[in-house]
Amino acid sequence: MTGDDIRRALTRIAHEVVERNQGLDDVVVVGLQTGGVNLANRLVQALSQVESTEVPVGTLDVAFYRDDIGLRPVMPEAVTDISFDLTAKVVVLVDDVLFTGRTVRAALDALNDYGRPRAVQLAVMVDRGHRELPIRPDYVGKNLPTRRDEVVDVRDDGVDLGVMVPTSGRRG
Amino acid sequence: MSENLLAVSDLGVDGITEVMGVTDSFVEVSERAVPKVPALRARTIASLFFEESTRTRLSFEAAAKRLSADTMNFAVAASSVKKGESVRDTVQTIEAMGVDALIVRHSSAGVPHQIASWVDASVINAGDGWHEHPTQALLDCYTIRAHHPSHSLDGLRIAIVGDIKHSRVARSDIWAFTMLGAEVTLVSPPTLLPPNLDGWPVTVSSDFDATLAKSDVVYLLRMQAERQTEALLPSLREYTARYGLTRSRADLLGDDALVMHPGPLNRGVEIAADVADLPCSLITRQVANGVAVRMAVLFLLLGSTPRG
Repeated sequence: MTGDDIRRALTRIAHEVVERNQGLDDVVVVGLQTGGVNLANRLVQALSQVESTEVPVGTLDVAFYRDDIGLRPVMPEAVTDISFDLTAKVVVLVDDVLFTGRTVRAALDALNDYGRPRAVQLAVMVDRGHRELPIRPDYVGKNLPTRRDEVVDVRDDGVDLGVMVPTSGRRG
Repeated sequence: MSENLLAVSDLGVDGITEVMGVTDSFVEVSERAVPKVPALRARTIASLFFEESTRTRLSFEAAAKRLSADTMNFAVAASSVKKGESVRDTVQTIEAMGVDALIVRHSSAGVPHQIASWVDASVINAGDGWHEHPTQALLDCYTIRAHHPSHSLDGLRIAIVGDIKHSRVARSDIWAFTMLGAEVTLVSPPTLLPPNLDGWPVTVSSDFDATLAKSDVVYLLRMQAERQTEALLPSLREYTARYGLTRSRADLLGDDALVMHPGPLNRGVEIAADVADLPCSLITRQVANGVAVRMAVLFLLLGSTPRG
């Protein structure tokens, strides 16, 4: 995927979000720290071009909700910033890569502590497979078949595949 | 962070900075409608307070509960220590019940270090004699960083006022403040200074008014009646007259100056009743930040490293 591919995918996802929710009433966007934050901001920009409304955007760090605390070093990457009540909202959760699904599971738990959303939808730029939990994305930039030991790196200028270095393994 | 928190100097600048960063996340958690996270589920944290405490014990307990840990409280007055059980037997009995961390307060310096050498659980020093009170120093650093306009301790002039000799808070604060770049001045009657200040990164003054006017932070210590075994002061009234933050002295404070106190307050002794409630007083902020700082310490000790 090139930078242009990512931009086009975000535009398409923005249209899908508007179509699925019949507009943007009650829609809020939450980016997962750290890879989803930039994409969430870009999705909000794309949404404003489709519907010319300002969608609230927040960021979520799920470190304290992970299921592997005590199994590997877990540290918060940044402070969560959700300055609006999620109750009765439709939350579009944004991450760069969907892998095992464990980060998303942690995010669903965390979101509940900020209110009770009417619905949560999941947008990811890359779905690389290897799910370990019954979680599926609602909006996908690209399905990218990978080996388990590969690393998927999403940046503004494109998506890279590399080989995982054991200590700095990505979490899906 | 290593597996114990016994002295603030063990942390170093990097360790303190790490705690500050994680504390930011726990302050956010504490401000939510649901101020609780599942991070330390199924972990057990025991408090062993061989010396009385209100705020530190409750603060650790609140921190543990907001991390979803299970807590056990050991009050020495209602324990087998009264039957003559030794400290070593007591902690090993508690550890055998399966605890991941022990929070220890004792009136003798070094007891938490000693306990750490006997048990595999993480040991957190919650105050040992006149020696150290590391989580108090961490919450003081965090509170200054959060509330001073410069958002840093670097270059700040901090006056620590009162009974330095008997104060573990002063000892931990001096190391933490100076490690983060602050200049510390001790203001104290000569009888309440430690006998030897060699190697302490501080200056000493007995002129409170002059120090007050040029300080960014005025940190008042509690007059510790329970540790005053000799007649080191003519009277508390004389102490207040020379070293108390009275209403008229408070007028000498600079515009951005902050007033702190570790509690419990002796209103009318080291601080005038109305001064404690001025906007520049961070005393209740210290207590609130204390819970978040202790959540960060517990999380770093028990959650951010693999289980042993």
